[in-house]
Amino acid sequence: MPAAPLALEVRALRKTFGTVVAVDGLDLDVQSGECFGLLGPNGAGKTTTIEICEGLQEPDSGDVIVLGQRWSSNEHALRERLGVQLQETQFSEKITVEETITLFRSFFNRGPAVDEIIHLVQLDEKRGARVGTLSGGQKQRLSVACALAGDPELLFLDEPTTGLDPQSRRQLWDLVERLRASGRSIVLTTHYMEEAERLCDRVAIVDHGKVIAIDTPRALIRSLGAEQVVEVELAEGLAVPPGIFASTAGVLGARIDGPVWSLQVSAAHEAIPAVLRTLEAAHLSLTELRTHTPTLEDVFVSMTGRHLREQ
Amino acid sequence: MTNTTKDQEPVSSAAWNPQPSKGASPLGQLTLIRFREFLREPEAVFWTFIFPLLLAGGLGLAFRSRPADVAKIGVLTSAPAAGFISATLAGDSSLQLVSLGDTAAVNALRIGTVALVVVASDSQRVEYRFDRARTEARTARLLVDQALQRSRGRRDAVATTDALITERGSRYIDFVLPGLLAMNLMGSGMWGIGFSIVDARKKKLLKRFVATPMRRYHYLGSFLVMRLGLMVIEVTVIATFGHFAFGVPMRGSLVAFGVTCLLGALVFGSLGLLVASRARTIEAASGLMNLLMLPMWVASGVFFSAGNFPDAVQPFIQALPLTAVVDSVRGIMIQGLGWSALLPEFAIVTTWLVLSFSIALRFFRWR
Repeated sequence: MPAAPLALEVRALRKTFGTVVAVDGLDLDVQSGECFGLLGPNGAGKTTTIEICEGLQEPDSGDVIVLGQRWSSNEHALRERLGVQLQETQFSEKITVEETITLFRSFFNRGPAVDEIIHLVQLDEKRGARVGTLSGGQKQRLSVACALAGDPELLFLDEPTTGLDPQSRRQLWDLVERLRASGRSIVLTTHYMEEAERLCDRVAIVDHGKVIAIDTPRALIRSLGAEQVVEVELAEGLAVPPGIFASTAGVLGARIDGPVWSLQVSAAHEAIPAVLRTLEAAHLSLTELRTHTPTLEDVFVSMTGRHLREQ
Repeated sequence: MTNTTKDQEPVSSAAWNPQPSKGASPLGQLTLIRFREFLREPEAVFWTFIFPLLLAGGLGLAFRSRPADVAKIGVLTSAPAAGFISATLAGDSSLQLVSLGDTAAVNALRIGTVALVVVASDSQRVEYRFDRARTEARTARLLVDQALQRSRGRRDAVATTDALITERGSRYIDFVLPGLLAMNLMGSGMWGIGFSIVDARKKKLLKRFVATPMRRYHYLGSFLVMRLGLMVIEVTVIATFGHFAFGVPMRGSLVAFGVTCLLGALVFGSLGLLVASRARTIEAASGLMNLLMLPMWVASGVFFSAGNFPDAVQPFIQALPLTAVVDSVRGIMIQGLGWSALLPEFAIVTTWLVLSFSIALRFFRWR
């Protein structure tokens, strides 16, 4: 069977819950073999979107084509080709890792051996352990393992690393990278920019149910035009004129969040002295100054004025 | 399709060799999981198998048929002819005498440690103090009176003889054991299915299953297979226990008994499915379960005859599925009823089964 040109095609997707618009005219194209990320804050409509793509929710309007097929045509045949991992699935605690994977394997007509799956997700030592005894990271890898039971062409991962400690998160990233290297298409949602930057070939930034930017992580960051981001923290309670950095040399864009100004600059070594002179001229005192290379977080902030994660 | 075998990763690559499935059938796997979940939950095993036996054992002991009771009789010591009474009644083995002072006599009557207090002014005049509402007090009065009258020379006008029999099937344990068996079918059917499904829905496991090519009838079918398997064990354990521990008879046909239990397991399983069809939380399901089961515990004649309720509510009580199952099980075990006598009960159970199952399927919330 020839590979479908697109793994997933979403057109003008809309879904409301009562008066809340969860997905508001969303478009996506996921190429075959790519790892595609939906990045956005909680409540942006990522889970609703991915669950509509998985055929678990009905859209109000819009079109979804998964592996060249609509959900209305042959749901059962389509499910054989998909791997789905949901947020917050709790597997039976009294059942062992091997028994759980064997159960999921039995639902699919073809797929890898249970041993191979266990080995891939590195749960060999826990094969006989009951699910209730697993750590958060192990449970999450079990969840991915169950999604792999049918050797899926397209894998959906909904916030696979939310709530995990850094080490478990890196283990899961390794796993996703191996899956990506094996050539299957992956759609994942996340609100961690590091995760999207590291794992995804392309990222759609989602906010309020809409795609506000879609590109490779590198291109998205480059679109800021900034080489560096300078963060300037001012003493609390100071009256700062809004356009204070508008004419500062080397500052491409400025944004304020509480006492912290976030400045996109082309060259930090030229911009920082200019920034300090601007502050001095306005008689404003500085409590902290930081610089970092721009991330997807800065892209999100520059587009929405908000952070991905409210801290 | 070709698979690349160039594994650079020592851990594992996902470039594996997918095989067609062989052996592991989804229904088989789902059923295995059901049994494992059940057996690995000690509480569930207790409530399903051990609890009914403890209940039957307790009730059987409490209501066992005993040799005729010895009546405890108080003799008021302050009365002038107390000695005469004691001497006259001492030889009667069905009476046990206690000598009591005035206050002690009042108290003993009040708390029931004696059934009757005898106050004798002299050998010609005797007063009985007792509570007429108490059966054993009335019996004690008759026994004492007969012994006193005979000792003073009364003769029986009619010659009588006693032929004593003990009929199996007429004791309380014979009544209650079939009731417990049916009640157990209801409890384990409704809880066993309803609880598991609501739990799976709450944990998003149901949704996770629906996201795979799992056939929905395999999922529901696994509950059916588990319930029927457990039903056979439960029923066998309870009926065998009743037979060997208390000699509860099985007078009707075993086939009819089996069919009744099968219908019972199915109807209560379907009611469990109905309760679980929409509920999102265990609390909501528990409330519904109790709402459905409580009237049946009380009215369906498990512990006492449903006939004790007024005629006006009888049609409703008779239409309850537990009433029908209790009546059939009891009818088969104790009265040895045949198929034709069981038809009305079977019709009631089948109606409930078809209705609850189709409504449950229609409204079942898979996601």
